[in-house]
Parts: sequence; structure tokens; C-alpha cells
Amino acid sequence: MFEFPDIFQFEIGVYVERFVKWLTDNYTVFFDIIKDGVLWFLLRIQNGLLWIPWFVVVILVFILGWKAKSFKSGLIFGLMIFLIGTFGLWEDMMLTLAVVLTSVIIALILGIPLGILIAYKRGAEAIIKPILDAMQTMPSFVYLIPAIMLFGLGTVPAVFATTIYSLPPVIRLTSLAIQRVSKEMVEAAHSYGSSPFQTLTKVELPQALPTIMAGINQTTMMAMAMVVISSMIGAKGLGRNVMIAINRIDIAMGFEAGISIVFLAIIIDRLTQGIADRFKYPE
Amino acid sequence: MVKKMEIKNLSKIFGKNGKKILKNLDAGMTKGEILKKTGHTVGINNVSFDVKAGEIFVIMGLSGSGKSTLIRCLNLLNKPTSGEVFIDGENIVEYNRKELQKFRQEKIAMVFQHFGLFNHRSVIGNVEYGLEVRGISKMERYKIAKEALEIVGLGGWEDNMIHELSGGMQQRVGLARALANSPEILLMDEPFSALDPLIRRDMHLELLDIQSKIKKTIIFITHDVNEAFKLGDRVAVMKDGQIVQIGTPEDILNNPSNEYIEDFVKDIDRTKILRAKHVMKKVGVVASINTSPKVAIKEMEDVGTSSIFVVGESREVLGIVTIDDCLEAIKNKESIKDILRDDFVTTHKETYVQDLIPMAVNSKFPIVVVNEDKKLLGIILRVSVLASLI
Ligand SMILES: Nc1ncnc2c1ncn2[C@@H]1O[C@H](COP(=O)(O)OP(=O)(O)O)[C@@H](O)[C@H]1O
Ligand SMILES: [Mg+2]
Repeated sequence: MFEFPDIFQFEIGVYVERFVKWLTDNYTVFFDIIKDGVLWFLLRIQNGLLWIPWFVVVILVFILGWKAKSFKSGLIFGLMIFLIGTFGLWEDMMLTLAVVLTSVIIALILGIPLGILIAYKRGAEAIIKPILDAMQTMPSFVYLIPAIMLFGLGTVPAVFATTIYSLPPVIRLTSLAIQRVSKEMVEAAHSYGSSPFQTLTKVELPQALPTIMAGINQTTMMAMAMVVISSMIGAKGLGRNVMIAINRIDIAMGFEAGISIVFLAIIIDRLTQGIADRFKYPE
Repeated sequence: MVKKMEIKNLSKIFGKNGKKILKNLDAGMTKGEILKKTGHTVGINNVSFDVKAGEIFVIMGLSGSGKSTLIRCLNLLNKPTSGEVFIDGENIVEYNRKELQKFRQEKIAMVFQHFGLFNHRSVIGNVEYGLEVRGISKMERYKIAKEALEIVGLGGWEDNMIHELSGGMQQRVGLARALANSPEILLMDEPFSALDPLIRRDMHLELLDIQSKIKKTIIFITHDVNEAFKLGDRVAVMKDGQIVQIGTPEDILNNPSNEYIEDFVKDIDRTKILRAKHVMKKVGVVASINTSPKVAIKEMEDVGTSSIFVVGESREVLGIVTIDDCLEAIKNKESIKDILRDDFVTTHKETYVQDLIPMAVNSKFPIVVVNEDKKLLGIILRVSVLASLI
């Protein structure tokens, strides 16, 4: 047996810790603004969700399911969300949903302009593409590390990790969608004297919208998966119930929380997909 | 007529070092050689021509001959590698971005081969596009767009989506979108090539009809000779990025400048292009109404025909006499007036040969071409009509 020699040991962690400390010390204001902003936004959404009476939510899910898919789907989705309530997990579900929504919205706000930038500038693509590739190959819980380093424990780092994790598909699909807009359409826009901004907003973005909507479905599903994992760093919600159940080997609680996550994921997936389908333009 | 556009030594080379490659082209390398040696594609090579205000100028050529490249240089969708494009005396190649935008908004509009319509907008939304870009108010642009739709015969389709329309109707939307902008110049890049032949014919008539009312300057691209000659006031023929001949359809048809054009012209249906004036012969000898049958016979013998047209004092056509009738008249002591026949057909010089065919078949005598005052301009032998079909 050859053991790894001690002389080669090098504690890089110490330096990283120092760097992060330097970062947070010197840019306290910056991180505080992000933290406060995200928290403010999250609380708005969270309180909004909790304010809506439960039966309104059930009916709303039913109607959306009906419109987006079919009457039967509407009934099933309504029943699913009702069941989550019967498990006593209504509030936890809403907390999870709040983190998902916040993260997805932030991911869209950041991702769509970045996607547009990549579609327009080949140079930007060369820089951002490899980063996106790396981001997508990393296991999701790796994102928790920079999150706690920068923001500590709690819901904000959970939102941060979730946002970062769900950002790549938004960027990718936006740039892809814009690059694939029919050349003749873009030329038509140019030939009528559209400014670059008019071409973007009147032709390219509307044309890219169906693909971006499909991207929102993917992003939301990724956010959903990440939220559960980010309960490890203190996010409240269904994920934390799963964590607690695992620690206590509480099968009943684990089952209820687990099945609730599945239900919620199915509902979000089908609804966003149904809505995305409505945005498609016939040839 | 006024010169609307003046294109001078325009070249477009696709590839990184277009400007450098231009020298090779000037030095006499061919398109094929340049592609092989440098990987650059010559789109158009030193093209010059004028377009008059209000004419339909057709650019015709085989696929890949550079037609699209050329027309796209006229609104700078392609940036020319060298050369100038003067429109109303201004060289548009030198426009900055703002000037170019204004030029495209106000002066020129394009109709695309595959329509280039926006399928996220309704029919009227498409037609309004150019006006919207210019910042014209909602009410106003709706009104203008509606009028444009009426012009192309699509009144009542405002709120339909594009995919609900047939190909022909979609291209009408494309045309309406261009017309709504009331441009002075209309660029049409193979606008009807994607349509089936019957619809294409309707669109031709419609375009000519619209053009007779609005009198735009139209640059029209096609690979179809029949279409070119039917629509074009003048036609330019392109080959390998160069213009090999420019002229009226008749010029080109009658004097194709080289084999390439001859080949092109071969498959045209000449009867729809050629008119009476192109196949008629000037008549040297006619008989005056006051001559005797004897003199008439002499004249017929001189030119070797069996009949002769009889004209009045100001060369108006009065009738025809045959050699047999003249012989008979001499016997019976009759004058030319008594044996004058009127069973011949007359026509005008603008009549298409197509329409002369039934006349030629049904008449014993040559067809007479007359002007409005019935004055004799020429005659068309029956064989000439049939010969023009070949
Ligand atoms: N964007 C482009 N990049 C490179 N080559 C091009 C481009 N557009 C056209 N070409 C080339 O230029 C030549 C002329 O093409 P084009 O003008 O489209 O011909 P046409 O419209 O007469 O069919 C062709 O050889 C074509 O391959
Ligand atoms: Mg073309």
C-alpha cells in the first residue's frame, strides 16, 4: 500500500475560506442588498400564496388543468392538491412553491437577456457556453456550497442555489429560440426599417416565445428538484419534512411529504406544459 | 422617363476578404476559379443598369445566377463589396444606420419568395407592420392597412391568422404589407415562384392591374421567362453574377445576344409576347382605287402574288382584288371598284400573335394591319403567323 505522502498536503480550503471572508467583508453592502431584495420578494410571494383560501387554490388548479389539458386532468390535479392539504402539509407546500416561483422568476429575469446576448454575440457565446456546460454536469447539491458560503443558512441561499441551478436551460433555450427564428422573417423586419430593438421585440421574441415557454417548464421542474435538496441548508417546506423524516426514520411522515412533492411536481409540470403548448404558432 | 435608380459597377463577394478577392475578379478570374482557389463566392460581378420611374424592371436568370444577391443589395440586406446604388440621386450604400432605417421605412418595400410573413400576427397585424415601425398611430395604420388589403382583394380577412390563408392569399398579404407603406420602389424576389401555375397567372394579372393604378417602380425577379416577358417593361438577363443583356422583351426575343439567352428564350411561348407589329411586313405595292384592273394585274405579277390591296388617297384600306377577278373585269369592262372584295381581316399593330392565329386560319388573304384611321401599316402573311410559333 502506498499512502498519499503528507508532504504533498495542501490545505486549499483555508485560502478559499479567506477569499470568501474577504468577499463578504468587503462587499457586505452588495450581499446585503441581494439578500434583502430576494427575501423581500420571496416573502411577498409566500404571503400572497398563503393568503389565498385553500378552496380557491383547489378550484384554480382544477380550472387551469381543465383548460390546459382536459376536464379529467383538471379533476385529478384538483384532487392531488386537496390530498396534500389532508396530509397537513398545505403550508409547507406553499413555502416550497414560493421558493420555486421566486427562483424561476429570477432565473427568467437573468436568463432571458443572457440568452438574447448569446444569440446576438458569438463572442459571448464562446465564454458562456462552457460555463453552462459545466453548470449542467455538476451534481445539484454542489450548488449549496457557494450558497452557504455567500449567504449562510436559510431560505435566501436556497433561492440562490435554486436560481443558479435552473438558469442554464433558460439561457440555452432563449438563445436557441432566437437563433432559430426564420431568416426571412427577420429580414422582412429589417427591410421595413425596424430598429434592432423593434426587430427583437416585435419579431424575434414573439417568435421565440413558444420555445421559451417550453423552457419555463423545464426550469420549473429543475427548480422543484433543487428546492427539495436545498432544505439541507435551511429552506423550509416539503423538503425539510423529508429530511426530518429521514433523520427520524419516520416512514409515515416521509411518505406523506414525499408523495406531496410528487403531486406538486406533476401539477406544475402538466400545467406549464399545457400553457406552453398554447403558445405554439401553426406553420 | 425619369431615372429612379442607377446601379453602378455593383459587386458582391461572399466571404471574409471580399474586397481583396475583388482584384482577382477584375483581373479576369472566373466565378468558378475564385471559389476553388479562395473559397469566396461571387454573388454579383460588376453590374450596372438604370431603372426608370414607374417601370417594371425584371431580372431573370437561372438559380444561383445572383438575382437575389442583386436585389438584396438594393435595400442593403446585402452590403455590396463595391459599387454604388443611386436612388433619386443619393448613393444609398453610404447611408448610416439612421438614414438606412428611414430609407427602408419610407422609400422601398420588399416582397419575399416565401412571403416572410409573421405568423404570430393576424393578417392586418402583418400589413400594419411597416407603419407600426414608423410610429404611425393605431387608428391611422389600421385604416391604411385595411385599404391595402382591399386593393389586393383581401377585404374581410383582417382578423384571420396567416396559416388560415392559402399560399396565393398569403402572398397577397405580403404585397399588401408592402403597399401599405406606400413605397416608391417595390422589390419582389420571385414572389410567385412558390405558387401553383393557375394562381400565379391570377397574380400576374392582379399585379399588372394594381401597377396600372399605383405606378410604382418595381424590380421583379424571376427564373421564368414567360413571367419575365409578360410583366417586364424591360428585362435584364443574368448569368454567373453578371448582366448579359438588357432590353424590352421584344428586343431580347428577336435579338438574343448570345447562346445563353437563346436557350432561355427557347422555352417561351412566343405567341404571348410577339405582337402583330413584330411579324407584319411593310407592303411596297398596293393598288390605287383609281387604277385599272390591267395595272393591278401588272403590279401583282411584279411582286408575284395573286391578290393586292386597294387603297384610297390617304392610304386607307378599301378592299382587296384578286388576279382572277381582275382578268374577269377586263373582259366585262368593269372597274376596280366593281370587283372590290371585303372578306379579309384587319387588326391593330398591338394585337398578340396568339390572337392572330384563328384569323390566319380562317382567312384566305393576308391579315391587314391598320391604324386608328384605317390607314394601311402592313400585312401579315399567314405563313408568318405560323412561323412565329416555332
Ligand atoms: N449569404 C451567402 N453566403 C455565401 N454565398 C451566398 C450567399 N447568398 C448567396 N450566395 C451565393 O451567391 C450566388 C448567387 O446566389 P443568389 O443570389 O441567391 O442566386 P439566385 O437568387 O439567382 O438563385 C450563389 O452561388 C449562392 O450560393
Ligand atoms: Mg433567389
